[in-house]
Amino acid sequence: MEPKVIHRVKLTPRSLEVDGKRVAEAVAGESFLTHVYRQRQMDYPKFFKMDVLCKLGFIASEILLETEGAERFVPRADRAVILFNRNSSLNADRTFQRTIADPEEFYPSPSVFVYTLPNIVTGEIAIRNKYHGESNFILLPEKSEEAMNQAVERAFMDGETTSVLTGWLEAVSETEYEAEMKLIMMM
Amino acid sequence: MIVRKIGENIVSPLGFSVEENFTALMSGRSELRRYESLWNLPFPCFVSLIPGAALEAELSKEELTGRCASSTKFEKIALLSASKAIKQSGIDARSGRVVFILSSTKGNVELLADEKTDFDRVTPANTAKMIAHHFGNPNLPVTVSNACISGLCAQIEAFRCLMSRQYDAAVVIGADVLSPFIVAGFQSLKALSDEQCRPFSANRKGLNLGEAAATVVYQVADDNSDGWRMLAGAVRNDANHISGPSRTGEGSYRALLSVLGSSKLTVSDLACLNVHGTSTLYNDEMESIAINRAGLNAVPVNAMKGYYGHTLGAAGVLETLLTMRAVEEGKIPATRGFDELGVTNPVLVSSESFDTQK
Repeated sequence: MEPKVIHRVKLTPRSLEVDGKRVAEAVAGESFLTHVYRQRQMDYPKFFKMDVLCKLGFIASEILLETEGAERFVPRADRAVILFNRNSSLNADRTFQRTIADPEEFYPSPSVFVYTLPNIVTGEIAIRNKYHGESNFILLPEKSEEAMNQAVERAFMDGETTSVLTGWLEAVSETEYEAEMKLIMMM
Repeated sequence: MIVRKIGENIVSPLGFSVEENFTALMSGRSELRRYESLWNLPFPCFVSLIPGAALEAELSKEELTGRCASSTKFEKIALLSASKAIKQSGIDARSGRVVFILSSTKGNVELLADEKTDFDRVTPANTAKMIAHHFGNPNLPVTVSNACISGLCAQIEAFRCLMSRQYDAAVVIGADVLSPFIVAGFQSLKALSDEQCRPFSANRKGLNLGEAAATVVYQVADDNSDGWRMLAGAVRNDANHISGPSRTGEGSYRALLSVLGSSKLTVSDLACLNVHGTSTLYNDEMESIAINRAGLNAVPVNAMKGYYGHTLGAAGVLETLLTMRAVEEGKIPATRGFDELGVTNPVLVSSESFDTQK
């Protein structure tokens, strides 16, 4: 038994790739994440409340799990969600900082502050899919495939975990982001 | 093979070693206090801060003053705590068989107040890199940023790194400092109490925040080695709400069941449960439900937020170390701030410390 990549999704501001094939490209004038959401007719209004890191993780995981084609939204604890990036929740942090920067206009926003943790996106994916298994967010100083593979191997050491939704998920602004998400199974 | 603790340290407002902190804890001390307008914030808050002068004195003793001349408080406490624990453990931190694991929720986020800040310095991933580099360690460090449970997740990562023989020793550092960013954020969520926090109490009003760094060094060892061992760890998700706990304590309950199962321990083996006990209405209620669902309501419970406040990424490491130290002395520490039980499911929490035979 060893971990095998079953499907992969790559999502950048320019294009969406599924299992190495380009399936959508950016169009002028609309956020690409919103474009994919509408094109795929996803029906999840909470999407519009999310920060960019969560939107990116949501879209990438939806496409990955649609590609898997298994029955969805059945409560389970055998799938872990382990995501990585370098800059944590930098975009939400900068947005929140702007709400407290000026003492004359000091309005710290709870709806922004909740997104100032990188692992919120693992929570969004767990909630959407009713995943009660392990979830974790790991920061790495660089995008190291080796470090990510090691962390996935460690996740499989939990006796209940049989698959891992994992990958690199970085969004430093509304227009600069990268998701490389994989579904890995022990087989 | 087993995983055992070989080094430890706590840097907090109550001292700069596990021993100083344990002594303070058992005498009921705390540096939690009310500030009317800390950092000119337009509301009072009740927090526990590491005093700058005492920190500088400790850095000097550890010969880190020069190294830390332009460091942030977060970098200073993390480095100081790691340095002391590594020294105590006797490991060679330069070895490729050693991994550094940092646990932090917000790291250097206060640097964002300066619009011209270098974003590279804000991410805790790079603080971890700086620390590993300081000790001459060649490996890419792992930083766990998994909210309140980060310190425990980081120890579970260490456990797995060692049991799988990816590495022979792991230095786990938990650290967070407070800033207007963090205090204003928790205030906006209406999670803070402006008086002493009261874990599990009927009149609890919210949490207090605190600063700390805590380090534990784990090593893989032969089955017959002595000392504290880590037996099992589990992380589970509520899959319920991004910022509030499940009303059924789902994630916590599942994690407890998993740990009981894989450690092969029974209720009668347990000296105590050290719980999160933040003193928010929802957290403490959720934990009481999870403890009862897991059949652990006969096990004594203690919560340490009444001494330190919620120390975020440090909490899981800090509270693990102090719980171990207390049980070594045959004690379960008092839950400071607790008065009258105010959760729907019974938990054995006490405002006095008591003896344990386990």
